[in-house]
Amino acid sequence: MKPFTTLNSIVAPLDRVDVDTDQIIPAQFLKRVERTGFGQFLFHKWRFEEDGSTNLDFELNQPRYLGSSILVSGRNFGSGSSREHAPWALLDYGFRCVIAPSFADIFTNNCLQNGILLIQLNERTVRHIINNALNGKGYELTVNLQTQRVWDQDKKIEAEFDIDEFSKYKLVNGLDDIDLTLQYEDKILDFEKSKTQLH
Amino acid sequence: MPPKTMFEKIWNSHVVHEEVDQPSILYVDLHLIHEVTTPQAFDGLREAGRLVRRPDLTIATADHNTPTNIGRAFMPVTDPIARQQLEALSNNCQEFGINLYDMGSPKQGIVHIIGPEQGWTQPGKVIVCGDSHTSTHGAFGAFAFGIGTSEVEHVLATQTVRQNIPKTMEIRIDGALPFGVTAKDLILGIIGEIGVGGGQGHVIEYTGEAIQSMSMDGRMTVCNMTIEGGGRAGMVAPDETTFDYLRGRPQAPQGEEFEKAVEEWSALKTDEGSEFDNLVTIDATSIEPMISWGTNPSMVMPVTGLVPDPNLIDSKDNRKAAESALEYMDLEPGTSIQNIKLDRVFIGSCTNARLDDLRAAATIAKGHKVNDHVYAMVVPGSTAVKLQAESEGLDSIFKDAGFDWREAGCSMCLGMNPDVLSPGERCASTSNRNFEGRQGRGGRTHLVSPEMATAAAIAGQFVDIREWELS
Ligand code: SF4
Repeated sequence: MKPFTTLNSIVAPLDRVDVDTDQIIPAQFLKRVERTGFGQFLFHKWRFEEDGSTNLDFELNQPRYLGSSILVSGRNFGSGSSREHAPWALLDYGFRCVIAPSFADIFTNNCLQNGILLIQLNERTVRHIINNALNGKGYELTVNLQTQRVWDQDKKIEAEFDIDEFSKYKLVNGLDDIDLTLQYEDKILDFEKSKTQLH
Repeated sequence: MPPKTMFEKIWNSHVVHEEVDQPSILYVDLHLIHEVTTPQAFDGLREAGRLVRRPDLTIATADHNTPTNIGRAFMPVTDPIARQQLEALSNNCQEFGINLYDMGSPKQGIVHIIGPEQGWTQPGKVIVCGDSHTSTHGAFGAFAFGIGTSEVEHVLATQTVRQNIPKTMEIRIDGALPFGVTAKDLILGIIGEIGVGGGQGHVIEYTGEAIQSMSMDGRMTVCNMTIEGGGRAGMVAPDETTFDYLRGRPQAPQGEEFEKAVEEWSALKTDEGSEFDNLVTIDATSIEPMISWGTNPSMVMPVTGLVPDPNLIDSKDNRKAAESALEYMDLEPGTSIQNIKLDRVFIGSCTNARLDDLRAAATIAKGHKVNDHVYAMVVPGSTAVKLQAESEGLDSIFKDAGFDWREAGCSMCLGMNPDVLSPGERCASTSNRNFEGRQGRGGRTHLVSPEMATAAAIAGQFVDIREWELS
């Protein structure tokens, strides 16, 4: 997993609430057995017309958002299915950070497992960011995970965000959960022994 | 000792390790796996040279992209990528020594249906699966929740899962459900009330009269859709209904062992005086048969209602969401939901394809004919459900009425196998998600109970099931 420290990028807005994982990546694209190559299917039903051509009305298809690594969207982002293909698709497309007022639980875990930083900010700030990204050309944000701050070029927006220490430690170091858990293998063994004695 | 909720008791008895400011390491008693969310996890194990720690606590089935046509076990899966995924599951299970209920096995079925059916799902267990509807198993008084593929790999390697302790919520349903109102209507009503994010970060325990008098199949329907309200898990305290269901199931404890287990299970229920972080109360008597009108499961209305007018919604975000939902669903505000013509009906999924559901649907279908302009299918949730239904003659009732009777699997719950809606088609579905394109690109889904879906198939449009005449 790639460590996450700081990030500076233009911001891509997705001005909708309750964006579910079926929209992030539809089920028909979940059949691959690899972790990579899902970016081409990200937001498929919105990005493409039925005949496969690009839907020019869809925000993210505007050239000014190409190459963005920061996505901003409305509340309850990532609801629905537990498919990790959703973060895989976001990552493969180029997003390393999503900003929203709230995120669904399983999606949050899945992002953390893939080095995607989710930043929860209040509705007002998110609204500002979305508007700036919609109205301005090349609106950028800088994220610093160490100091837990996010700000824009002219510092009109400058916000602190919460993240628990453990998640931060994992993201900053790009660490895998399994290694961390296996440090406690003897405790797992003890637990298993005590269980079999009980029954 | 201070009083504890059922959730706390289960959590406490499964903590392997905890430390401040870190997610706890929780032991997993049962890990269910299926073909879609596991190939990458097994690859990860192989790359790291790891083994599956407890293959004996891991159960696999093929459900999501299996075709459902009769005789499928003897035909090749035509979609090459789906076939590759199914083969990967079967190779991985063989390599790592995991029990697989594959297509063709009499124990195959949707992962959340076969767990309880075979008796793997039991009170007090921590159960995980790479699938959000794992919440279903909470109906037995288990702590059951969905995880992603990296977590699947973590469970395979360590038999534990890392979790931050969730908050707790009690949803108390007072009074009894009225005639014609089912568990499905209740949970749709609850989600309509709390919203799709209403349960976020919470484990929800359902209590109250309507839940106590509900069958296990009904409780599973309620817990199944807990995730649609954003809840981490749903739970119901185990009681005689639970024990009766489990008695004699192949994987449940047998004989004296079972009686001992019942004693332990009975102690799980939430102690009097325990505190939940949140409480929601619902009046069961006010719930009507429900239909979803929009593109998420909180966009619901009673069968007697009119399609809502977005202009009357205060919040700008919600108004915008309602407008785009109505546009996608091709519905006009103010129309009676009963006046909408349907093209397809789907009776199936882990929400509503158990025996109770099929029996109820058959009662409605008996002696009727599916409407000429509707194609309706019944897809049992598991092969065991299918066989039992056939032995009761339910398949003949459906077939005589013109329903397509299929093999078990997820089928048209999600557009991942050959059963999909075509663009613009409108479907009454007993599944759990009405997201845009969930049942196929451009498809329009209305979530309903099995009874309502069956009646709709016959009438060609929605009808108030309370006025249905049984023949
Ligand atoms: S029936 Fe639908 S919701 Fe249930 S496991 Fe299958 S795809 Fe998921």
